Formats: sequence, C-alpha cells, structure tokens
Amino acid sequence: MFDAAATVITLAAVLVLYRAIKGPRVYDRALAVNMIGTKTVVLLALIGFIYKRPHFLDIALVYALMNYISTLAFLKYREKGRLD
Amino acid sequence: MIDFALLFFLVVCAVAAIQMRDLLSSIMLLGIYSFIMAVVWTRLNAVDVAFTEASVGAGITTILLIAALSRTRRMETKQCVPPANLLIYGTVILLTSAVLLYGTLDMPTYGDPGAPAHSHVAPRYLEKSYEEVGVPNVVTAVLASYRGYDTLGETTVIFGAGICVILLLRRKI
Repeated sequence: MFDAAATVITLAAVLVLYRAIKGPRVYDRALAVNMIGTKTVVLLALIGFIYKRPHFLDIALVYALMNYISTLAFLKYREKGRLD
Repeated sequence: MIDFALLFFLVVCAVAAIQMRDLLSSIMLLGIYSFIMAVVWTRLNAVDVAFTEASVGAGITTILLIAALSRTRRMETKQCVPPANLLIYGTVILLTSAVLLYGTLDMPTYGDPGAPAHSHVAPRYLEKSYEEVGVPNVVTAVLASYRGYDTLGETTVIFGAGICVILLLRRKI
C-alpha cells in the first residue's frame, strides 16, 4: 500500500515538474518548488514506512520546516529587488 | 522503479536549468533538483547526507544565489558558440565521462558486505569506539576523535575562507 502511495506521489511530481519547466511565469516555478518540497516530505515519510524505519518521520517534519525558506527569499527578492 | 523516476527527474531538472534564459527560474529549478537529490540519498539510506543536501542545497544555496542575482542582471544574454568549439567541448566531456565510468568498473556493488569499506576498519570502530572514545554515535567518534586532526584542518580552512569573505564584503559597505 505504501509502495502504491509512493508511486502516485511520484506521478504527481511529474505534473509539478512539467509546470516548473514549462511555466510561463516565474511565479509558477516558485509554486512548483514549494509543491515539490511538500511532495518530498510525504515521500520521505512513506519511504520511512516502506523501510520499516518510522523515525524518518522526524526528518520529514524538519524538511517541512525548511521548505519555505527559499520561497521567502524569492518573494523578498521579487518585492524589493534585493535581499538585505 | 521510483529510483529510475527520481534519477530521470534529476536529469530533466539539470538540463532545464541550463537551458533556461531567466536566471531566477534556473535557481528555482536547482531548488527542485536539491529536493529530489535528498530523496535519492534517503533511498540509499544515507539520511545525514540527505539532510545536508536539503538544508544546504535547497535552503542556503537558493538564498545565496538569489542574493548574488540581486547584484547583477536577471536575464542571460544570448551568446553564440562557434560549432568547431562545440565539437572540442563535446569531445572533452565525452572523454572525461568515459574515463570516470571506467573508474567505477571495479568498484564493489551497492550493499556488498565484503566491500573494503565494510571489512577493513569499520568492524573495529563499531566494537571499540564506545570504550575508547565514549561517544555513542560512531560517526561522531570517527570524525571528532580518530580523524580529529583532519577535521581540525577542514575547520581551519572553512574558518579562514569565512573570514576572507567577511573582509571582502565589509569593504563594500
């Protein structure tokens, strides 16, 4: 069951990747990065359960905490044109 | 099968990031690349490497690249490379990759218990490191005690590089 879920998540990542490469505007790509990050979190949790090592869940949680950093930097750059 | 899909994603991301003329989009694609790479590391059971990849690759590097981008232009200028040069570059790249692939031929297969990395000094570390060093984590014991001078050298190099960067950047402000 976890294998099937991981496959579905990977297929969804294909769609997100398509939008990231094709995406006419840079905002589409920023959103795609964010979604790939979310999918990474879910995929990590699933891999943890496939390998029978549920403590991967903690790592997935920390990934979720780091996920938005690049999005914040991107938004700040788009708003002010600089980071400092 | 998921492994092949992930590696395919990696190649697609890398090619797209090179082809993109908008550098901000390239940075976004490199962020995606790092996240996929982190999943690949986790599939190989190298959780700590995956963690470094996600925090450094997807977190800090993206911010540093955007900071660098904010001091220059966003669009890449179109430049034409003469076809003769392309041929030379392609030959060099193909030769280098052939040599690198040749170097992997006599390596032990993935997960081979008889590989030198698992049979040479690792059993001794696993048995003795807690008695000798007193640190529960074997990786920490090897890094900070058995290879202590090596780690000290690495830290000195990074410290010096950090001081140089701070000195260079302070002059501008």
